[in-house]
Amino acid sequence: MTSTEPSKNRSLPIVENFTRRAAVKGAFATLGAGAFVAAISPLRQAAKNTTAAEFMQQHYTELSPEQKADVIARLEAETKEKYGADVTIADDRPIPGTKFVYAINLSVCNGNGKCVEACHKENNHDRATNQSYIRVLEMPKGTMDMEQGSTTYSGAVPKDDKFYLPVQCQQCDEPPCVDVCPVKATWKEEDGIVVVDYNWCIGCRYCEAACPYHARRFNWKEPEVPTKEINPDQSYLSNRVRPVGVVEKCTYCLHRTRRGKLPACLEACPTGARVFGNILDKDSNIRWILENKRVYILKEELGTKPAFFYYFD
Amino acid sequence: MSSIPANETHITSYPRFIGRSLWLATEGSFGFYAWMTALTAVFLVGANAWANQVAGGMIGTNMTDQVSWGLYIANFTFMVGLAAGGVMMVIPAYLYHDRKMHDVVIIGELLAIAAIVMCLMFVMADLGRPDRFWHMVPGIGKFNWPISMLTWDVIVLNGYLILNLHICGYLLYMRFLGRKPNPVWYVPFVMLSIVWAISIHTITAFLYCGLGGRPFWNTALLAPRFLASAFVSGPAFIIVAMILIKRLTGVVGLDDPIATLTKIIRVTILINLLMVASELFTEFYTGGSHVSAAKYLFFGLHGKTALVPWTWTAIAMNIAAALLFLWPGLLSLKWRPLLVTACMMAFIGAWIEKGMGLIVPGFIPSTLHEVVEYIPSQLEWKVTVGIWAFGLMVFTIAIKTALPTLKQSSDH
Repeated sequence: MTSTEPSKNRSLPIVENFTRRAAVKGAFATLGAGAFVAAISPLRQAAKNTTAAEFMQQHYTELSPEQKADVIARLEAETKEKYGADVTIADDRPIPGTKFVYAINLSVCNGNGKCVEACHKENNHDRATNQSYIRVLEMPKGTMDMEQGSTTYSGAVPKDDKFYLPVQCQQCDEPPCVDVCPVKATWKEEDGIVVVDYNWCIGCRYCEAACPYHARRFNWKEPEVPTKEINPDQSYLSNRVRPVGVVEKCTYCLHRTRRGKLPACLEACPTGARVFGNILDKDSNIRWILENKRVYILKEELGTKPAFFYYFD
Repeated sequence: MSSIPANETHITSYPRFIGRSLWLATEGSFGFYAWMTALTAVFLVGANAWANQVAGGMIGTNMTDQVSWGLYIANFTFMVGLAAGGVMMVIPAYLYHDRKMHDVVIIGELLAIAAIVMCLMFVMADLGRPDRFWHMVPGIGKFNWPISMLTWDVIVLNGYLILNLHICGYLLYMRFLGRKPNPVWYVPFVMLSIVWAISIHTITAFLYCGLGGRPFWNTALLAPRFLASAFVSGPAFIIVAMILIKRLTGVVGLDDPIATLTKIIRVTILINLLMVASELFTEFYTGGSHVSAAKYLFFGLHGKTALVPWTWTAIAMNIAAALLFLWPGLLSLKWRPLLVTACMMAFIGAWIEKGMGLIVPGFIPSTLHEVVEYIPSQLEWKVTVGIWAFGLMVFTIAIKTALPTLKQSSDH
């Protein structure tokens, strides 16, 4: 039959049975293929949730104004359909001449956790997992070693022998999370905010591994938020309801701060420990603090150059 | 047995070669069909679990924001090692002109193909949005090269796959045509594949060791350690495969290559243990918060000890295997079952060491020093075992395709 058979005699019976064997093999191959299609049938459900337009969508930085408008209209319609809420998704861009930085007065923060809660509501986080971009460590006085801290403290605060260290995205100037992303789904904008295109992220979570501050969160499931709890004031790169399977992070509430408002966590803080502002503005409060206070930077030795500072009175 | 008939070109003969190979690869005994059916069944269970994971979100895994990589990436890392390990056949065959090894070197190259296929499947299984896979394709997506180490890994892994597909495909095709392979068409690629094999595991180590926020991974010893353990697990798998091939197919001439690989493991397993010891000394003698992950791994931290049994099992298996490999009697034919046991211990030891012993503790404690433990979920095990089954299917089919070549080599 072919020139490969070592011995014509040995190959003969196979030739005789060829048609029958081919039919049997074909039948088994068909059976296998059918079983495979049945096995992966749950994918049909997933495919229903992804429209062709979403599948084909280009990277945020490559969308034309018209495409952007289409994308935003689609996302608003999807939020209406899935969550029953009428929302406005804006495309807030950095304000020229602005570089946002944050500072927290550790002498004042008392660990009440209002910032955590405000973030949860403002940013349309999944209710079931009680997600938030902020974690507060309760630390024993006399150390800055986070190993001594606890994120699961309870009871009345502040405790006498403790101080409190809220941690969120440090909006690093040398962000390791941006470096490691294989598809440029996350980048640093001109005002210093590190953002994620939730419609471009492939969900590899390399950035979660790279971040030294545990600032990133992954959507392990589709976020659940009751209709009337949805914050309708949204932005494409910040608090719009995220799709399942992508990474998200604190954006310094860019949908507020780029419109001249303060971050939700700052507004919610009852102690006044939080200070936010434009470091390029010489007369700003934040500038005065950074120039005059004793300032501490988290994991400074890693060279990530945070735009987030802790200070003491 | 001559070359292509006058009226045929590669365009017609190559598909005929593929068809013929597939036909031959699906011929076999009852045992073969039972083996393939069992693997198919396991693979289908995995495929179904994965489809459910995609449909329902990765909440079905036990990964968390603290331990954001688990069983999939652990197996991915191990598989890269297995793929690179095949080079321990290629080096003796082509650099040291070991004739006997040269005759069967295709086993190592085919293992590399199966292992890389599994690597790519494990990466796909770990993606939250596999539908956006095309974002990573250079040209149509946005490829963060050269900054992201993951893009380097995409390049070297796919490159290694193509190299080995070319080498094996070319040799088998020439054999199908009854021609003598022209060294120009494969020897340079074989030489390149040797360097490339080192690169795949080095780059994979760089994925982890370049992260300053993860002290457990942030060590220059990681890439050499990866290579040393790859040169244990790869040859260990090949030895067991060759013993099985000898027994099931009657291919002869495998005993000398088995001896060579045994001698290679004798050295690499000790180098690996030396590096582990060196790493642990540095960690524990220095102390401080850098040692937290190692403390968690070996002794538990704050009363949490999920990984402790895993790591001591790995240490025990690695040391027992190392001692067995040091014993010269292991080379003799009558101690074959013991050699298989030693190989399996070394293989499982390396698997634990790279997975539950390296990827997972890198996340525990978290960067904010939270101790969140991780035990793979049933869904993760199903997907993982499914991918292994698929890989073994690929390897079985590949070996069957190469059997005529292997048998011919052993004739002379």
